Amino acid sequence: MAKSQAVIESPPYGYDLSPEQLHDMYRKMVLIRRFEEVTAEMYTRAYIGGFCHLNIGEEATIVGAISALQPTDYLFSNYREHGHAIAKGCDPREVMAELFGKETGLSKGRGGSMHLYSAEKRLMGGYAIVGDAITLAVGAAFAIKYRGTDEVVMAMFGDGATNIGAFHEALNMAALWNTPAIFVCVNNQYGMGTKVERASAIPEIYKKTCAYGIESIRVDGMNVLEMYKATKEMVDKTRKEQRPTFIEAVCYRYRGHSMSDPDRYRAREEKQEWMKKDAIARFEQFLLDNKVSSQGELDSIKAEVENIVQDAVEYAKNSPEPKVEELYRDVYVPGTRVGRRA
Amino acid sequence: MAVMTYREALNQALREEMERDPNVFIMGEDVGVFGGSFRVTEGLLDIFGEKRVIDTPIAEESIVGVGVGAAMLGLRPVVEIMTVNFALKAMDMIVNSAAHIRYMFGGQATLPLVIRMPGGGGHQLSAQHSHSFEAMFAHIPGLIVVAPSTPADAKALLISAIRDDNPWVFIENEGLYNIRGAVPENLPPLSYGSAAVRKEGTDLTLIGVSRMSILSQEAADRLEKQGISCEVIDLRSLRPVDWQTIFDSVKKTGRLMVVEEGWGSYGVGAEIVARIQEEVFDYLDAPAKRITGAEVPMPYNKYLERAALPSVEQIIEEASSLLGG
Repeated sequence: MAKSQAVIESPPYGYDLSPEQLHDMYRKMVLIRRFEEVTAEMYTRAYIGGFCHLNIGEEATIVGAISALQPTDYLFSNYREHGHAIAKGCDPREVMAELFGKETGLSKGRGGSMHLYSAEKRLMGGYAIVGDAITLAVGAAFAIKYRGTDEVVMAMFGDGATNIGAFHEALNMAALWNTPAIFVCVNNQYGMGTKVERASAIPEIYKKTCAYGIESIRVDGMNVLEMYKATKEMVDKTRKEQRPTFIEAVCYRYRGHSMSDPDRYRAREEKQEWMKKDAIARFEQFLLDNKVSSQGELDSIKAEVENIVQDAVEYAKNSPEPKVEELYRDVYVPGTRVGRRA
Repeated sequence: MAVMTYREALNQALREEMERDPNVFIMGEDVGVFGGSFRVTEGLLDIFGEKRVIDTPIAEESIVGVGVGAAMLGLRPVVEIMTVNFALKAMDMIVNSAAHIRYMFGGQATLPLVIRMPGGGGHQLSAQHSHSFEAMFAHIPGLIVVAPSTPADAKALLISAIRDDNPWVFIENEGLYNIRGAVPENLPPLSYGSAAVRKEGTDLTLIGVSRMSILSQEAADRLEKQGISCEVIDLRSLRPVDWQTIFDSVKKTGRLMVVEEGWGSYGVGAEIVARIQEEVFDYLDAPAKRITGAEVPMPYNKYLERAALPSVEQIIEEASSLLGG
């Protein structure tokens, strides 16, 4: 039986990351934060429809985890995945265009906020049924093992997904068949409005994997370096030893479950406590304290990010809507002889 | 020409396709060591090994989910659900994932996936093991849905299903596995969307779904002796439907009766009758009829069960009354 371990302390310094890599992580975190803030604004201004779930507060978890993957590795996500797509290397223009429902969007305007996909970046989709990404990721990992190639698959899901039956089915299969899958549970404390302790008999999610002999670790998901280090270690093990691993990232979402959530189920004080540990502010301080960056460098990254986000909005606004006459496109592969009705 | 059972024909299709394409693999409960709970996959483990014939835990949602994930990366999984009854456990993956992924990602994902499962009642297995869910699957855009009733069709359709890049729900029937029929050597694949005229006739079009096409043929043979000429169509493909064959037949006979084992309301017959009145209403000489399973959870008692399933006698009786007999 593999050991599970709890690590939530953050070491002071010492990572095998170059200043360029550290800056890239910082840029991505700030980009996700600003992208989501502007997304909220665009939603309020009705440029974006449907449900809209934001990653604000989860930037360190997302960037730390996804930075530990190779570009050829696969990622399966849930419906709170704008930041996942950006961290996986998708063009923010195409992410925003998808939120706007445009033909130039990542999913051609057919998926929206909850269903981003990029074959090129190996983002294998955002799924809006809780837990589905976990099972699908095991299928992809199975395919990699079948072919004998050396990619790995990461599934990212929330704490709520670990109470779904398919979570247990999928973890069992992943371990049974030694598939190269890394499970990243973004424990942001709430499944919609229900606190993790009120939904999970074991609120320390990483402990759940002991039933399947999957090595797991609990990480401070508000610390990007800690998150990166832990994920890198698990990714390396999974790739090398061909077995699944599990990471519980303890973090917090600052906004409601979705844009339509009045957020009445938690105390203001609780939120403020978490925001004191804000991942971006802490990482900024780390970069300054360790003389990795000057304030001027960080400011210029922020300015650069602002331009990227505003450009993404302009791109989305100016992009064409999908053609109504193409409503039936892509229900089946091209050439399939199925009419508009069965 | 070889004569074999429906089960053997399916087994042959699987074996030939696995020999042809290393990306094809089989996954399901007891498909390997046990040989398949209906022995469809018997012997395949010995030929292809554990890598390609995979016994899974009892976890239908994830069996289909793993199939979908593997198909997204380009493998060609043939997933077996032990019976349609258990497919309800997997409906989320079948509908929300298999059927929707391609469309909701703007046509960028491809799912060459086959989900096989047998349905049907008549074995005193009562409420939870006797369902016919053809209508439920055929309802869903994004899926190809077929239900062959002969060994040759079973083989030819399964070959097409495995080679096609769309997700298929391939509905077999527990009451058909032992039927025998001729299966030609080098049988060409049979695509979706093709119905078979099993018997030509002039007075009434009888459309049978899955095993009901066999009952329809038997009824037609007996009706012939009473001077009633039935044209029997084996629907075979439920999504898409071969409307042309159906329309042509109804235009000729002027009368239509659909026989299915599933519950009638909102069913396959309901869909066919609705389309008939939209497209060839003027050709009808009598109201189009449906013969379906009784709308009850399947009872265990054999007399009750018999009463809940369509029968040859019922088809004959309804057909006679439709023709004014």
